Amino acid sequence: MSLYLSIAIIALIFVVIFQIAKASEHVSVLKGEEESRKQSNKINGFLMVAFLVLGFVGVYVCNEYLFSKTLLAQPAASVQGEKLDEMLWVTLAITGIVFVITQVLLFWFAYKYQEQENRKPFFFAHSTKLELIWTAIPAITLTVLVVFGLRNWFFFTGEPPKNAMVVEVTGKQFGWIFRYAGKDAVFGKKYYKNIDPATNAVGIVWDDKYSQDDILTEQTMYVVKGTPVKLIIGSRDVVHDVGLSHFRLKMDAVPGIPTTMWFTPKYTTKEMKEITGNPNFAYEISCDQMCGNGHYSMKGIIEVVDQEEYDMWMAKQKPQYYTAFPEKDPTAVIVTDSTAAVATAKM
Amino acid sequence: MSHEAVLHGHDDHSHEHHDTFLTKYVFSQDHKMIAKQFLITGMVWAVLGGLMSVLFRLQLGYPEASFPWLESLLGKWAKGGQITPEAYYALVTTHGTVLVFFVLTAGLSGTFANFLIPLQIGARDMASPFMNMLSYWFFFAASIVMLSSMFVETGPFSGGWTAYPPLSALGDASPGSKSGMDLWIIAMALFVVSSLLGGLNYIATILNMRTKGMSMTRLPLTIWALFFTAVLGVLSFPVLLSGLILLIFDRNFGTSFYLSDIFVNGVGALSNEGGSAILYQHLFWFLGHPEVYIILLPAMGMVSEIMSINSRKPIFGYMAMLGSLFSIAVLAFLVWAHHMFVTGLNPFLGSVFVLLTLLIAVPSAIKVFNWLTTLWRGNIRFTPAMLFAIGFVSLFISGGLTGIWLGNAALDIHLHDTYFVIAHFHIVMGVASMFGMFAGVYHWFPKMYGRHLNNSLGYIHFWITMAGAYLIFWPMHYEGLAGMPRRYFDFSIWESFKQFAELNRFISTVSMIVFATQLLFLMNFFYSIFKGRRVTTKNPWLANTLEWTTPINPGHGNWPGEIPEVHRWPYDYSKDGVDFIPQDVPVGADETSH
Repeated sequence: MSLYLSIAIIALIFVVIFQIAKASEHVSVLKGEEESRKQSNKINGFLMVAFLVLGFVGVYVCNEYLFSKTLLAQPAASVQGEKLDEMLWVTLAITGIVFVITQVLLFWFAYKYQEQENRKPFFFAHSTKLELIWTAIPAITLTVLVVFGLRNWFFFTGEPPKNAMVVEVTGKQFGWIFRYAGKDAVFGKKYYKNIDPATNAVGIVWDDKYSQDDILTEQTMYVVKGTPVKLIIGSRDVVHDVGLSHFRLKMDAVPGIPTTMWFTPKYTTKEMKEITGNPNFAYEISCDQMCGNGHYSMKGIIEVVDQEEYDMWMAKQKPQYYTAFPEKDPTAVIVTDSTAAVATAKM
Repeated sequence: MSHEAVLHGHDDHSHEHHDTFLTKYVFSQDHKMIAKQFLITGMVWAVLGGLMSVLFRLQLGYPEASFPWLESLLGKWAKGGQITPEAYYALVTTHGTVLVFFVLTAGLSGTFANFLIPLQIGARDMASPFMNMLSYWFFFAASIVMLSSMFVETGPFSGGWTAYPPLSALGDASPGSKSGMDLWIIAMALFVVSSLLGGLNYIATILNMRTKGMSMTRLPLTIWALFFTAVLGVLSFPVLLSGLILLIFDRNFGTSFYLSDIFVNGVGALSNEGGSAILYQHLFWFLGHPEVYIILLPAMGMVSEIMSINSRKPIFGYMAMLGSLFSIAVLAFLVWAHHMFVTGLNPFLGSVFVLLTLLIAVPSAIKVFNWLTTLWRGNIRFTPAMLFAIGFVSLFISGGLTGIWLGNAALDIHLHDTYFVIAHFHIVMGVASMFGMFAGVYHWFPKMYGRHLNNSLGYIHFWITMAGAYLIFWPMHYEGLAGMPRRYFDFSIWESFKQFAELNRFISTVSMIVFATQLLFLMNFFYSIFKGRRVTTKNPWLANTLEWTTPINPGHGNWPGEIPEVHRWPYDYSKDGVDFIPQDVPVGADETSH
C-alpha cells in the first residue's frame, strides 16, 4: 500500500514540476524569449559558482565524516602497506592540486564569462606555446609518479627475503584453505584429482614423502609478527582473490596457475586491537574477485602473533596425513580393529 | 573522392518513393530514423539498467529491511521481500552489461554516429543504408535475447559483466552460468555483429562521402571522435567475439581453453587440464579497454562542439584536440593489462603497462586544458546542452585523476576491485559519457524532431543529476580507501567494512532521487516530440556546421536541393567581430586567416 502511495506522490510531484516548467515556457514567450533566456543564463551562471563553493564544502564535510572510517586513519599493518600509504599521499597531493585548480577554473570561467550584452568573445584558436606547456607539465609529473610507483611495484612483486615463512593459500567456493609445509619445510606435491573435501581439501599426493607432515587449516591462518610471509596462492574452482586490506595487498587465486605475494606484518592482532580501539578487530581476508553467489561471505582470518605464540599453535597442529589415515597416527590412542576399518572405509 | 560523393548525391534526391509506416518508422534506411531507433532503444535499456541499480542499491542501503512489493515484482528472486544473493548478482551483472554495451555503446555512438555523420559531412545518407538498417536490427535482436535471458528458470548470468571463466563457464559453480549465460553470449555475439556493421559504415561514410570542400581537417570534432570510435570498435569487438566463441566451446563442447585443475563442490574434479583462465581476461580486456574509449570519445567530440558553439568561440587547439583523440585511440590498444595487475602478471610486463597507462593522462590533460581555454573569454550561453557539457568536463577531471591512482600498479594492488574503482569508472566513463549523451540529445533534439525540449526541465534535470552524481560516487572513494570490495551482497559480517552502513543508506537514497529525475527527462523528451515548442528557424543555436543548413524537418536525403559546398572549418565563431560564419559561406577577400 505504502508503495502505491509513494508512487502516487512521486507522480504528483512530477506533474507539478512539469506544469510549472510548461508554464514558464509560456511566460517566456509572453515576456520575449530573448529576455527570459538572459534571465535563466544569469541564474545558471550563479549556480555554477554556487556549485563550486558548495562542492568544496561538501568535500570537506565528506572528509570530516568519512576519513576516520578509512584505513588511512590507522597505520598500515605491513612494511609494504607503509610504502603504499606514502605513495598514496604523494599521489593524492599531486592529483588534489590539479583537481582544485582545474575545477576552480572550469566553474569560475563559466561564471565569469557568462553571456553579457557588450562582451566581445576573444577569437583564440590556438597557441603552440600554451599547448606545449600543458603537454610538458603533465608528462613530467607523470614521470615522477611512474618512477615512484614502479620502485614500489618491483619491491612488492619481487622476491621475499630468505627468512620468509611460506604458506599455501587455496580458495574455494566459499572459503579459504591454508597449508603449511611442516617440519621438512617442503610442500608435498598435489594433484587436483586427489581432492576429497573431507580429508584432502587441496589434493595432496600422499605418496610424496614431503607430503606427510603438511598441515592443513581452514579459515584461519597464523603468521608471525616481523617475519616475512610468502603466500603461494591457488584456487580449487573459480578465480578468487586474496584481499588483505590492512596489509594493503591483494592477489588473484587462479585455478591451475599459482601466484605469489609476500608481506611483513608489523603488528600482532592484539596490538592492532589497541591501535584501532576496536576490540573486535581482525585481519580479514576478503575475496576480491567475483566468485559466485556466496562471494560476499568468503571470509578468512589472519592471526598475527609473536613467535612464541606461533610455536605453541604450531605444536598443536596435526599433519593432515593422520586425518586422512588415522590408523597411521603414532600419537592416536590405540584403536580397535573395527573402528580403524571404518576410518579407512570412509576414505 | 568527395567529388564523386557529391555527384552521386545529385541523382539521389530526385527519387520519389512512397513511404509506408513500415518503411518509414520500422525498416527505415534513413540514417536519421535509424538514429532515433538507436536512441529510443538505448533509452529503454537505460531505464531498465537504472532500475536494476535502484533495486540492488536498495539491498546495499537497507540490507535488513524487507519490502513486500519486491516479492510481488521479482517473485522467488525476492523471497520474503528481500533480494536474494542470486538476484543481487544477476542485477549487478545485467546492469553493467546493459549500461556499458547497450546504452553507452549502441545508444550513444549508434545514435549520434548515425544522426550526425551524414548531416555534418554533407552526405545524403550513409555509405550503405541497408547495412545501417541491419546494424540496428542486430542490436534489436541482441536486446531481445538479453531481455529473454532474464526469464529463464535458473536466472540470468550473474558472474559480473566481465564474465570471467571458470565462473562463467561452469553452470555447476553458479546457477546464473547455466542457460542464462548461453543467452548472454548469444546476445553479445549479435551485439558485436551490430557494432561491426555500424562501424564499417561510419568509417566508409566519413572517408568517402564528404561534400565538396570538406577536407578531413575541416571536419567538426564530433565527426573525428565518431571516426576514431568506429575504428576502435571495428578492431576490438572481433577479439571479444573470438573470446566468447572459445567460452562457448568450453561450456558446451568439452574443450579446455580456459579451464584447468578444477574441483567443483558437489560435482567433483573436472577432466579439463592445461587451459588458462587468464587467457580469457586478456581477450576480454583487449576489447574492454578500447571499449572505455568507444564510450568516452563520442561524448568528448560532442562536448567540444557544444562548448565551442555556446562559448561563441572557436574550440581551442583544433589540431591538438585531434592529435589527442588520435593518441588516446592508439594508446587504448596498449593498456588493457592494467585491468589485470593482480592476476599474477609478469612484473616487468606490468611495469610497461603502467607506463603506457599513465601516458594516457597526457592527451587527456591536453583536452581538459583546451576545453578550459575554450571557455576563457567567451560569451557563454547556458543552454541545457552546454550545462551538461560543462558537467562532463568536471566529471572527466574528477574521474580521470583517480585513473592516475589506479593505473599505477603499486597503488592498484590496494585499490583494485574496491569501491574506489566503482567510483572511478562510474564518474569518468559512466556518468561523464551519460552527460555527453544528454548534451547531445538536448543540443540536436531540435534537428531530430523540429521541436524544442523544455528548458526549465532541462535545468532541473542537469542540476539534480550533477549534484547527485557527486553525492553518490564521491563518498565511494572513501569506501575504497577502506578496502571495501565490489560486488558484495551484504557487508554486515565484515568487521573491516561494516562501518559504512549509514553511508550506504545515504548513497542509495540519493541514487533513487537521481533515478526519478531521469524519468522527468524522459517525460520532457516524449512530451516534446509531440507537443514541444516548434523550432522556427533553421539554425536555432547559431552554429556553423552543415546540419543547420538543412530544412527544419529534413526528409530522406537531407537537403532538398544541392548539398552545400564547404569553404572553411566549422569553428569560425566571433571571427573578425562576426558572431558566426557557417561552413558553407565562402571566405571573404578581406578576412583574416587564423
